[in-house]
Amino acid sequence: MTLLQHIGRYTILIKRSLSRPESPRVYYRRLIREMEVLGINSTGIVAIISFFMGAVITIQTAYNTESPLFPAYLIGLAARDSILLEFSSTIVALILAGKVGSNIASEIGTMRVTEQIDALEIMGVNSAAYLILPKIVALMIIAPFLSVLSMAVGIVGGWIAGTTVGVVSTPDYIYGIQYAFIPYYITYSLIKSVVFAFIITTVSSYHGYYTRGGALEVGRSSTLAVVHSSVVILLFNLILTQLMLA
Amino acid sequence: MIELRHINKSFEGQSVLDDISVSFEQGRTNLVIGRSGSGKTVLLKCIVGLLEADSGDILYSGDCFSRMNRKEKQNIRQRFGMLFQGAALFDSLSVEENVRFKLDMFTRMTSREKKDRVNFCLERVNLSGKNRLFPSELSGGMKKRVAIARAIVMNPRYLFCDEPNSGLDPQTAIMIDKLIIDITREFNMTTIVNTHDLNSVMEIGENVVYIHEGKIWWQGTREEILETENPELSDFVFATKLVRQLKKLDDI
Ligand SMILES: Nc1ncnc2c1ncn2[C@@H]1O[C@H](COP(=O)(O)OP(=O)(O)O)[C@@H](O)[C@H]1O
Ligand SMILES: [Mg+2]
Repeated sequence: MTLLQHIGRYTILIKRSLSRPESPRVYYRRLIREMEVLGINSTGIVAIISFFMGAVITIQTAYNTESPLFPAYLIGLAARDSILLEFSSTIVALILAGKVGSNIASEIGTMRVTEQIDALEIMGVNSAAYLILPKIVALMIIAPFLSVLSMAVGIVGGWIAGTTVGVVSTPDYIYGIQYAFIPYYITYSLIKSVVFAFIITTVSSYHGYYTRGGALEVGRSSTLAVVHSSVVILLFNLILTQLMLA
Repeated sequence: MIELRHINKSFEGQSVLDDISVSFEQGRTNLVIGRSGSGKTVLLKCIVGLLEADSGDILYSGDCFSRMNRKEKQNIRQRFGMLFQGAALFDSLSVEENVRFKLDMFTRMTSREKKDRVNFCLERVNLSGKNRLFPSELSGGMKKRVAIARAIVMNPRYLFCDEPNSGLDPQTAIMIDKLIIDITREFNMTTIVNTHDLNSVMEIGENVVYIHEGKIWWQGTREEILETENPELSDFVFATKLVRQLKKLDDI
């Protein structure tokens, strides 16, 4: 299949999944479950990655700016801006693409090859809407919270690492992270995280939904889901950055 | 009753179903037999609409499926029950939730009514008290029975079974077959069963259709099968020693 055919089929699937639920109660229950599976269960990995990310950014910034002309508080400022602008949305999205994307694609792919999706269709259930919509909505709701969590943990990570290694003092760091603060950066980051959530869930669902074959192909779909979500995320990161910061 | 008229289906130029016309009667267990790869599953999926036939009409009690609008299609599908080859139970739901699924999706029954209905269906397939188990905790035969319970929960008019006893031991297989034929009579459904298992044919074959190379080669009852002069059907039926013995006994 060509790229254009994939995009066409993807668009049709997403359109089909964005239709009105047959039973709002059942969808609500699924939404809650997906928020737990996709979102809450990802907080651990997001926190760990963000902590070390913040730590490394702070130390690197410090070592690259060892100059008497460079005030120490700028370390905090630089760490804050990289975390807010880029890391808490994009890096976290890439991590989620790996964790959540493979999870979604293998779940839906397994349902496809074991005919569970056919079973849904036979019952007269819109399988795309039943399976995919709750995942899209769930991750789009949770992603901003994960993003905020990542920002907070990242900044704390930078502080702990910076002061432990001794490259920056606590007052300097705190002064830095408050200095010339632009609240719009947070809005920008949260909007990005919502868009990325949509990309991760839809691209991965697409790969799962059109799996054909058996266990081997489910694994392949899962890999493709991660790779393609990541590429699309990076592409949209570029587009959104240009649109929102230019 | 389900009527097929001139159904054709091919995949990438490879013809799988070739001008299939046949009718399946109500209140009976209709068997579609044939070798592995002869197109039984494709035929069944065309009948239920999971695959679209390239040409031809399918009539449910006289109503043509291809001329129905979305709503009518949806309605007729709610009268379908289907038993998949691998049972296709929803892994993430318990036995009870699997059976209750259609009630949750499409009815406004109270939870009390749903519970009663689910228990009735589970009892019918001899699985009372297994409500809380998950599909991964069930044996093959139990999965098939849960799938039957799930299929009949909304009183279907049409029941479709794809190789209902593949992968089961002979005794369990016969039990599943019996269950299908009993339920068919009890609820006066139109039932179509795909199989390559001659035990089933002898057990429940009231109306048997033999397909070979995508065509209907032969049609009749199980009694007539043993008398058949049709060479392809003979090859299929008398492939096992057991049935050859059966025919000899019959001839004496
Ligand atoms: N989705 C598909 N795409 C291409 N070929 C298919 C597809 N489904 C079935 N076939 C082909 O159709 C033929 C009949 O398959 P099937 O109906 O599954 O046989 P069986 O009688 O064992 O159920 C096989 O040769 C199979 O390769
Ligand atoms: Mg088959």
